[in-house]
Formats: sequence, C-alpha cells, structure tokens
Amino acid sequence: MRASIRHVLALSVCAASCVAALGTAPALAEDALQKMSADPSQWVIPLGNYSSQRFSDLKQISTGTAKNLHPVWTFSTGVLRGHEGGPLVIGDVMYLSSPFPNTVFALDLNQGGKILWKYEPKQDSNVIPVMCCDTVNRGVAYGAGMIFLHQADTTLVALNAKTGKVVWSVKDGDSSKGETGTSAPLVVKDKVLIGVSGGEFGIQGRMTAYNIKDGSKAWQAFSSGTDAMIKFDPAKTMTMGKPVGANSSTSTWQGEQWKNGGGGTWGWISYDPSLNMIYYGTGNPGTWNPTQRPGDNRWSLSIEARDADTGVAKWVYQMTPHDQWDYDGVNEMILADLPVHGKMTKGLVHFDRNGFAYVMDRVSGKLLEAEKYDPAVNWASKIDMATGRPVLVNQFGPGVQGADHNTKGVCPAALGSKDEQPAAYSPTSHVFFVPTNHVCMDYEPFKVSYTAGQPFVGATLSMYPPSGQQNLGNFIAYDANQGKILWSDPETFSVWSGALATAGNVVAYGTLDGNLKVVDQKTGKLLYKFKTPSGIIGNINTYTHDGKQYLAVLSGVGGWAGIGMAAGLTEDTGGLGAVGAYKQLSNYTQLGGVLTVFGLSD
Amino acid sequence: MKLPTILLSLAALTACAAFVPVPAMSATDAVDAKPYTVKGGKVDMGTYKGYLYYGDQCMRCHGPDGLGSSYAPNLTDSLKSMDKEQMQNTVINGRKDVNTASQKVMPAFGTNEDVVENLDNIYAYLKARSDGVLGRGHPEHLEP
Repeated sequence: MRASIRHVLALSVCAASCVAALGTAPALAEDALQKMSADPSQWVIPLGNYSSQRFSDLKQISTGTAKNLHPVWTFSTGVLRGHEGGPLVIGDVMYLSSPFPNTVFALDLNQGGKILWKYEPKQDSNVIPVMCCDTVNRGVAYGAGMIFLHQADTTLVALNAKTGKVVWSVKDGDSSKGETGTSAPLVVKDKVLIGVSGGEFGIQGRMTAYNIKDGSKAWQAFSSGTDAMIKFDPAKTMTMGKPVGANSSTSTWQGEQWKNGGGGTWGWISYDPSLNMIYYGTGNPGTWNPTQRPGDNRWSLSIEARDADTGVAKWVYQMTPHDQWDYDGVNEMILADLPVHGKMTKGLVHFDRNGFAYVMDRVSGKLLEAEKYDPAVNWASKIDMATGRPVLVNQFGPGVQGADHNTKGVCPAALGSKDEQPAAYSPTSHVFFVPTNHVCMDYEPFKVSYTAGQPFVGATLSMYPPSGQQNLGNFIAYDANQGKILWSDPETFSVWSGALATAGNVVAYGTLDGNLKVVDQKTGKLLYKFKTPSGIIGNINTYTHDGKQYLAVLSGVGGWAGIGMAAGLTEDTGGLGAVGAYKQLSNYTQLGGVLTVFGLSD
Repeated sequence: MKLPTILLSLAALTACAAFVPVPAMSATDAVDAKPYTVKGGKVDMGTYKGYLYYGDQCMRCHGPDGLGSSYAPNLTDSLKSMDKEQMQNTVINGRKDVNTASQKVMPAFGTNEDVVENLDNIYAYLKARSDGVLGRGHPEHLEP
C-alpha cells in the first residue's frame, strides 16, 4: 500500500516538473480563481481567498462612512432553518445556497437581484434528523465556470454557472450511516475538495478530492485508520518536528474503534498555492464518552497539512489528544505571513474550539505559539510547547473524573470558545477579529452502544455563562504575535457569524439577535448597526457592483446556536445565576432565511 | 404482536405473586400513577437515567431540558397532550412533517439499543419536566 502512495507521489512530482519545464501552466481553475480572488470587486471563494483571511481591499465603506450604510435590497430563501455560510459574487451574479433542501440561487446584480436560475436537488428527507445540529449548508464554491453544491445527503453536484444545469453529480457518503454534508467545497487546481459531517454518529471522517472535469475521485484521506487510509507516510509525515512513524492512528485506539473514530471534516479548507498544500482540521472522536475509547484517538482534533495533488500528509498536529469535551478541531486555518517572535513567518493561525489560539509554521508544522483567547478557558492551564500537549486540569476532565460522574464548571462548553464561524484577519495590522462564545458546561459521560445511523454520543451536558458573567459571547481583536486580546466587545449571545475586515479599517459581524454590526478595527467602537429579519449565523461578504461597495449577509437563526433559542441556557451550577443566564433568544428573534445587502447613501 | 402475550404473562405473574392480600389498586390509581419519583429535588434512578439518555439522544434537536430548539418542538409542552404510548410510538417509528413550509423529521429510534432500553426512563424524565415537578439542569438522584 505504501509503495502505491510513493508511486502516486512520484508521478505527481514528475507531472509538476514537466509542466514547469514547459513553462506553460495548464488552464486550471486555481489560476483563474487565484486571479479572481485578488480582485476585491468579487467574492469568489467561501472565505474570501485561499488563505481564509476574510479581508477585502475595498475601502468605500470605512470608519468615516459606515454611519451612512443602509439596507438596499433583500431576498428570502424561503427556508426557515439555520443559514450559515454566505453568498459568492462572480462578475455580475450572486450565488447562494439554502439549508435543506439546499436550493441554489443565481441572482442577477444587474437586475436588482432577479433570479437567473434556481436549482433544487431532490433529497431523501430522512437525512434531516441525522444532521447533528440543524440542516445548515455553508455555501457553494465556484471554479471553471461551475458552481459546486455539497448537499445534505453528501452528494456533490457541479452546476453550469450560467444555466444551473447539472454537469455531473457524485455521491460522497451514506446518510443512512449518519454521514452528511454541511461544509462548503473548495476548488483547488483541477479538483474540488469536500469533507464530511457526522461526528455524533460514529462515522469515519475523511477529506475527498474529486476531479473537476467529471466528478471522478482523485484521492481520499481518512482522519483515522491505517497509514494507507489516512495517507500518511510514516517516515515523511511530520508531527512536532518528528516523523509520525508507522500506525500512528490505529495504535492510539482500542481494537478497531478507529472505524467509528469520528474525525468529521465539516469545517473550512485553506490552500497555499506556493506550497501546493491544503490545510483543514478534524472533528471529535466517536463517542463523547472518553472512558469508552482509551488512547490519544489520533488523528481526531488535529490540524492536517496535505499535498493538494496527492492528499499525502506533510504534517499533522493533534491539538486535543483523547477528547473529553467535544472540542472539534475544524475551525478555519488562517494562512498569514506575520511576525512571530520578531521574525516574519509563513504562519497558520487557528482559533480552536478548545479555547487556544495556535500559531503554526505552515511549511514545517512547527508549533510556535498557543495562548488562550478567552480568559475563562480552564480545562488546560497551558500548552506544553515541547510536547505540544495541553497541560490538563484534572478537575475539569470528564474522562479523568470518570463515567457516571458529573464534571462541573468546564470552560469552554462543547460549543467551544469559537465554533465554525470564521474569523477575519488584517494583513496590514496583523490583527485577527474573532467571533467567540463565552459559555461553560457540566459534562457527564456514560456508556453508549454503536448502531449505524443512530447517535453515538454517550454524554449529557448543561451549558451556562462563566460564573458571575452575563454575556454569552464576545467579539474580540487578537494579536497572535503577543497572544493578547486587544479589545473585546461583549455580546448578549454567542457571536456565531463570520467576520469581515476591510481596508476601510472596519470590521463587520452579525449577532444571534439579528444585528449586523460594523465596528472600528482599532477600538471596537460601534459605527453602524441594523436589525435584520432573523438571527445571524451567516458570514459577511463584500463586493462592488457598478463601482459601489456592498456588504451582504444571510440571516436565519438556527444551527447549534439555535439549540438554546427556545430554552435559553441553564443557571450556572454555582447558584450564582447570572442575570443573563435566563435570557431567551426567542424573545429577540424568530426563524427565516433572508439575504440583506447593505450600501452607502449617495 | 408479542406485546399482548408479554403483558398477559406479566399480569399472571403479578397475580401469582399476590398471595398475600394487598390493598387492591383501582383502575384510576393505576392511570394516575406517576412514572417518576421526585423528592426534595432528587429523582429516582429511572428518571435520572432518562435525563442522561435524553441528553445523549434527544437534546441536539429538542434542546436543553426538553425545551425545544429552533427546529424541534418543546417536549415539556408536547407531553401535556401526548400520552406515553403516543410518545413512545413516535420515538420508535419516527415522524415526518415535510412540506414547503416545514422540513421537520424525527428519526426512528427503533434499532437504537440505548433508546429502546431507556424508553420508559426518558418518558419519566420528560413527564416530570412537563408536569413542572422537576426543574431545569442536571438533577441529583435518590440512592438506588
């Protein structure tokens, strides 16, 4: 098996050098996309660019003009479920997708958002209840004249961007086993990449690359399994500066538990064209009961760096060995060239669910920094920089405390200090703008049995704000070089919307109670806000049309964030019952998917 | 199909056990019997297990403490009008409400060992919540 990986590697190296020798690049989607993403008038990649920075060079909307923003047009998706992700803008056309049934709309910006075409896949509704936390869809991808939709039932479909007609379609997984699709695809060169959701159903997570031409499978790399399955080269794939060695995943599970090992890949994918490497994170190991799965459970909760052509891993880093809290590692990997310890570094910055902000050398995988980005984080005192492992606080380890014991006061909660909602980064000031959750939990693990297609969880939890505090979220500015929070805007509820930073020195985000907010990058001072029709869990994008800059965002409360909508959160166990703990989101907002586009007054 | 037989034999067993005269239980008493015990905020082991398995299997849709979410109903309300048999039927067989305005699907838990074994416990927990005798959050249990 290993020989065949080498063979593939050798072939791709040859192919790459042959092309280089000829001096003519093939007409790859990546080249076009790379150029297009440098044009700030469009928004062509879900997270703005391959580096996932969510930064735009546009500056008509600025600290000086933001007060003149107002909604200019709106569009209803007709769906009531949670609306994550955001629209793409390719030329004069905006593309967006809805939660199940995953309708895709192409809207003509020249005709005030007129529907050019609409595509609604036929899907078995039995997929709905196996989607862990609502039927979200985090957006479509564009490449080579096609729009790629990753459906709830794991079908990846390529649509003609002009007509909406199906070019090809491929089924990636099996929803009867709890495998579902929620993540946005990423187009890289001649391939389109998708992950899989289902960490709560004992799936075996993986990243899969399909050939853009016909939807045939190019490579697939599992999160747990044999070296061949996970596409690791025992001698060359590195972790913490050393080769991973043989059986680096299977040796860290009891028996064959890795087969239901979880490690969903439902987050975002980044790509560095100069290194030809892709980056993404893996989710929680299956079951949430740590006592039932001894070992480090590799490579769940890890950052994976892989060769874009072959899928073979260059390096890997497990942030949370032997998960005891559901700290998925899938949040976005922001690729940034930034000063670290006084030296410009090709960095990868990742704000993990576990409450630590990691700075890695994205070439070598070396761990450079790991600091808490919410002072409430208590499950680990720090990350040991020599071993890369968290220094655990036993009191807050449900696995240490044992099954059938209720471990109280763990921060952050299973939602993480931040979930999938992507942060923004300013390459000029090197500051990160991070939407965060400020929530703690009680966690009780217990024995669970595996049945295909049924929840495989084995824990129950209650969530509440940190002791004595009222806000469930903060929107923060973070300096990764110093590991320091520069400013923090408290929010009543978790901030569950993707942020956008621009050259106009503003940063925009949405709130669960439905406000779009624009604040000053330097101070966090509020410059503009508008209450949209529903809570915002979507990501804010920007583009220009006829020379004018716009902001676009989907509102439509739901998702994991919607779980507390009806109930509010429980009183904290210390009996300190913060006033905010009983706040109910349903008193502020109701369901409904609507796109709102904002512009400046003339 | 097997259920009536089991019920019958259970009844026979109970009848056999009742050699010693015990106060006769009237039909109304049986109907009114609560599936849970709540004393001083603590619950019986069955109800406690019901809480755990609710959190395990139901919470990601029906929300913390049975209170519902943005996409699934509040069960403390549902159980005010739904009886035990209806509730357990829904859990075992699932339910669908899919149309242009709604995409609600309850999965069938009939093959899920943990749910089937704890069907009565989950009902007891939710009924205690629905009757308003058990508050929110993680309950303590009475000594088994």
